Amino acid sequence: MADWTSDEMMTVAAARALHDGVVCFVGIGLPSTAANLARRTHAPNLVLVYESGTLGAKPGHLPLSIGDGVLAETADSVITVPEVFNYWLQPGRVDIGFLGAAQIDRYANINTTVIGGDYEHPKIRLPGAGGAPEIAASCREVIVVVRQGRRTFTDRVDFVTSFGFGSGAGDRERLGLRGAGPRRVITDLGVLEPDPDTCELVLTQLHPGATVEQALEATAWPLVVHDDLVVTEPPTETELDVLRALQATAGGRTPERS
Amino acid sequence: MPLATFAGLDEAVADLVHDGDTVALEGFTHLIPHAAGHEIIRQRRTGLTLVRMTPDIVYDQLIGAGCASKLVFSWGGNPGVGSLHRFRDAVEHDWPVPLEIEEHSHAGMANRYVAGASGLPFAVLRGYTGTDLIAHTTNIRTVTCPFTGEVLTAVPAIRPDVTIIHAQQADRHGNVMMWGITGVQKEAVLAAQRSLVTVEERVDEFTPRPGAVVLPNWVVDRVAVVPGGAHPSYADGYSVRDNEYYQRWDAISRERETFQEWLDEHVMRAGGE
Repeated sequence: MADWTSDEMMTVAAARALHDGVVCFVGIGLPSTAANLARRTHAPNLVLVYESGTLGAKPGHLPLSIGDGVLAETADSVITVPEVFNYWLQPGRVDIGFLGAAQIDRYANINTTVIGGDYEHPKIRLPGAGGAPEIAASCREVIVVVRQGRRTFTDRVDFVTSFGFGSGAGDRERLGLRGAGPRRVITDLGVLEPDPDTCELVLTQLHPGATVEQALEATAWPLVVHDDLVVTEPPTETELDVLRALQATAGGRTPERS
Repeated sequence: MPLATFAGLDEAVADLVHDGDTVALEGFTHLIPHAAGHEIIRQRRTGLTLVRMTPDIVYDQLIGAGCASKLVFSWGGNPGVGSLHRFRDAVEHDWPVPLEIEEHSHAGMANRYVAGASGLPFAVLRGYTGTDLIAHTTNIRTVTCPFTGEVLTAVPAIRPDVTIIHAQQADRHGNVMMWGITGVQKEAVLAAQRSLVTVEERVDEFTPRPGAVVLPNWVVDRVAVVPGGAHPSYADGYSVRDNEYYQRWDAISRERETFQEWLDEHVMRAGGE
């Protein structure tokens, strides 16, 4: 038995996808955990941008919200929210946008708005778009971090909150979207990447302990498995130590609180 | 222009917020005017169009208390915790009253406030492209650039009847100073017909602070001194975010009964914070 959980593997895999020195637009939850893990391990010069206007935040503990005080206190600059979107995101100054999803489909379109029923009277009303539509459009590339399951990995999303590849190759270009879109979907089972020709998400990487059958079972469309399926390196001791220490401080609930 | 006057929170809300008004209580995690929201509930305002980029628990409370008939927003959740249960109950089951929604992205909402503050009818951005928001929100349209011919997204200005924000300080003249994460509050005040600012503290004179936002007294109508008026949000320099309260809200708000009990005890029977 591995001495780490599939969630920990997912977070570590997401952290590894962030190269040192890149500028990363960070949402709360898993993306924030992964980005802070990366900054404490292999990517000390990672630039974290939170949509509250904290540019270059270096939080000493994991924030619970995108506007925790620790983000402002440790930021290179605190800017207004219109400035975040107009001056920094829109012109393409952000390398990587990190998004979660309530539903994601085979062309990496993301739904965080409504599930089931109709828009006016949905079965489940989700929080909505936030910054995601423009993050998905304007960041140089997008990484999605989400647990894999049949209800989440759906053939077609009920609502396109953030545009991935639409109905396939060429749609982003037709719409004039400037960023490259989702390049990687990191789950608790493995990693999916868009096929270079069709833009359909293909399983390219499997985490240790996970099986292809599990991934197929957790995907509502007939998932294509790449011929050269790679097995993810398991989390190192350092990665796990740093991750667990980080999570123990979420929201500043430890003695480390300043 | 008339200068800001100091008033009690109850008096200020009674003067400025009327049934059916479009009201923006802004704040981006930091400096959220919770006490003012509770005062609106106590005064039993109804039919409000509530505007906010990130409606979180104070809007959940206003919606659950039946004050709102419409919500204009871009992200409605309990940050870092999950859903807003009263908001969901209103959208999914029309409880306690039906809630119409007008849904945007953050970039769109931020630009709508900028247009309102700038005295322009609409804002231009690259946004919403390819999303289903366009099909459901008639206030998302396109405009062609007269110089390049490029088709861009247009959203109309937001002009609230009243904007309410919380800030750290007001000086004796009613000028307002805030610092830390200041979100979209300056734009929201400048876009509004009327404005109310609750503050942690009234000082004789400001100590200059680099990066602080100062709203002069001639763009603010009322200032109410309400220490702790942002709780469970926070005011940098005065308090820290009460993250545990946000987590507790999930259980309090999940059922109508527990919400009602909370509302009676902590808002209706409380004489203001």
